Amino acid sequence: MAHVTIKGLHKHFGAVHVVKGIDLAIADGEFTVLVGPSGCGKSTLLRTVAGLEQASEGTIEIGGKVVNDTRPRDRDVAMVFQDYALYPHMTVAQNIGFGLRARNFPRPEIETRVKRAAKMLNIDQLLDRLPRQLSGGQRQRVAIGRAIVRNPQIFLFDEPLSNLDAQLRDEMRSEIKRLHQELGATMIYVTHDQIEAMTLADRIVLMNAGQIEQSGTPLELYEKPRTRFVAGFLGSPKINFIKARLENAGIVFADGQTLKLPAVDAQRYAAHAGKPVIFGIRPQHIDRAPMTGSPHIKSTVDLVQPTGARTYVTFTIGGEPVMAELDAHDAGKPGDEIAIALDLAHFLLIAPENGNVLGR
Amino acid sequence: MSLITRANIARTLLLGFFLLFTFVPLYWMFITSIKPSDDYLAVPPVWFPAEPTMLHYTAALFAYRGLDGLINSVIISAAATLLSTVLGTLMAYSLARFNTGGQHLSFWVLSQRFLPPIAIVLPIFLIYRAVGLHDTHFGLIIAYTVFTLPVTVWMMFAYFRQMPKSLEEAALVDGCTRWQSLWRVAIPLAMPGIVAAAVFAFIACWTEFFFALILTSQTAFTLPTVFRAFLGFQGAQYGEASALAMVSLVPSIILGILVQRHLVRGLTLGAVRG
Repeated sequence: MAHVTIKGLHKHFGAVHVVKGIDLAIADGEFTVLVGPSGCGKSTLLRTVAGLEQASEGTIEIGGKVVNDTRPRDRDVAMVFQDYALYPHMTVAQNIGFGLRARNFPRPEIETRVKRAAKMLNIDQLLDRLPRQLSGGQRQRVAIGRAIVRNPQIFLFDEPLSNLDAQLRDEMRSEIKRLHQELGATMIYVTHDQIEAMTLADRIVLMNAGQIEQSGTPLELYEKPRTRFVAGFLGSPKINFIKARLENAGIVFADGQTLKLPAVDAQRYAAHAGKPVIFGIRPQHIDRAPMTGSPHIKSTVDLVQPTGARTYVTFTIGGEPVMAELDAHDAGKPGDEIAIALDLAHFLLIAPENGNVLGR
Repeated sequence: MSLITRANIARTLLLGFFLLFTFVPLYWMFITSIKPSDDYLAVPPVWFPAEPTMLHYTAALFAYRGLDGLINSVIISAAATLLSTVLGTLMAYSLARFNTGGQHLSFWVLSQRFLPPIAIVLPIFLIYRAVGLHDTHFGLIIAYTVFTLPVTVWMMFAYFRQMPKSLEEAALVDGCTRWQSLWRVAIPLAMPGIVAAAVFAFIACWTEFFFALILTSQTAFTLPTVFRAFLGFQGAQYGEASALAMVSLVPSIILGILVQRHLVRGLTLGAVRG
């Protein structure tokens, strides 16, 4: 186990600048998830930590030692690949024990370690099979077994679940989380799936275009995003962004309806009064309101998508589509006139010109 | 019913014709190799000689030095195949994984085959004579290695390119050096490709005539060059030629049986997502 410190890391592939200055400190035993859209540089960052890519600039420290010029084998890291990367000509047992054999461990020790790892992952009955005789989930377990058997300082996961079907993915996700709790090892996990990021991470590092957009605990990022990108990336269904204007009276939407802000918020955003803003609110923070009384916005139901307990209802505010997650019995049907209450304890105001969340 | 039967008949006829096309010449060659000389061109043809003889075999192998040619051919073809396969595999790996020499080097390697052999055989002959490589096993081995390398490299280049890189990367992280990841992971997985490339190289060397004719004479001559002796001023020695041709088939057949198992593709199945 060890901490990882990345300082001023850049990576170029020819003329393409993939990683553009990353500074990141990962604590010992922390589960860090690098998340972001395809091509944001998260996999490259991980591969640079593994030593499979050379840093163009900057340093990487593992356990306080700069490893820029250290071969992958001497970094004491283990990696689980997206395509599992099992050696097809070796049995499960040989696959799991490969790293130990390459490091010349004594045979009996390899055997006990392989058995222990296989038992942990419930694949001890498959040790004599070849990878091609395994299902996708079993293959991924073998790949994870190959990592844990070596007891490395750092575990690296490169989108390990993206080739599995939805049900297996949920199962393996819990498995990986459990593994982290049992081993207490430092883990760095790359994914483009925000649910994986939210559920697994001690800390999420959200990347965009080769840079860190924001990093923090899952809840921090979810509740206090610093930019429109972060707010839009995390949460399901996606947060609603509505173009509006900030006036002294409150938020004025394009159709003229006004949402009065509480005094605290009005004061907080006073400096931006009179400017266009983007009003952001999550579907979970929208509810139906009584048609009379408490402040509300009026609209017409456009689309109703039941999912069971909750129903996604789409309507428009100021001409822009907005989705709300309502109680199944509150949903109504397309064409219904509804009154909408927006939970003003949970909204964001974003500056349209740079995407920064205001008031932070 | 009648349709199926008709299709069957058509198929049988087609296969039969193909078999005839392949085996009749072989049969004729075999028969000729054990026929007394008078029966070669007899009308009507002799389908099986009344008195088979091994005379042509002994003449071809010993009087015409066919056995020496056979031994030379085995030595030279095997050595050149080995060299070409080892060097070619390493070159191809380097081209495929490290993009050595950019995109031009890999094409340059293949482009060596564009040159007609006749354009270079005389310079090579002169060089060989000057440095003492003429009519040596070693000389022909390096010549054959060089001529078979482009195809070997190109075949293995294609093979390595379609092999997932992540397997070797996994090996590197697991604790292998570059060499170990090549030796323990990439090479075993590339075996079907390597065997195929080796077979191609061997066949090319085994049947090569032109360079052997120019670059050898009395010592390192190969089997194909022996055949030239059977066409003389007094006519053709059909029996001896057929006997030696039969002999030359043997190593190819043995090779075919040995490598058949390895030539089956699909070893990489299950390596990654399937």
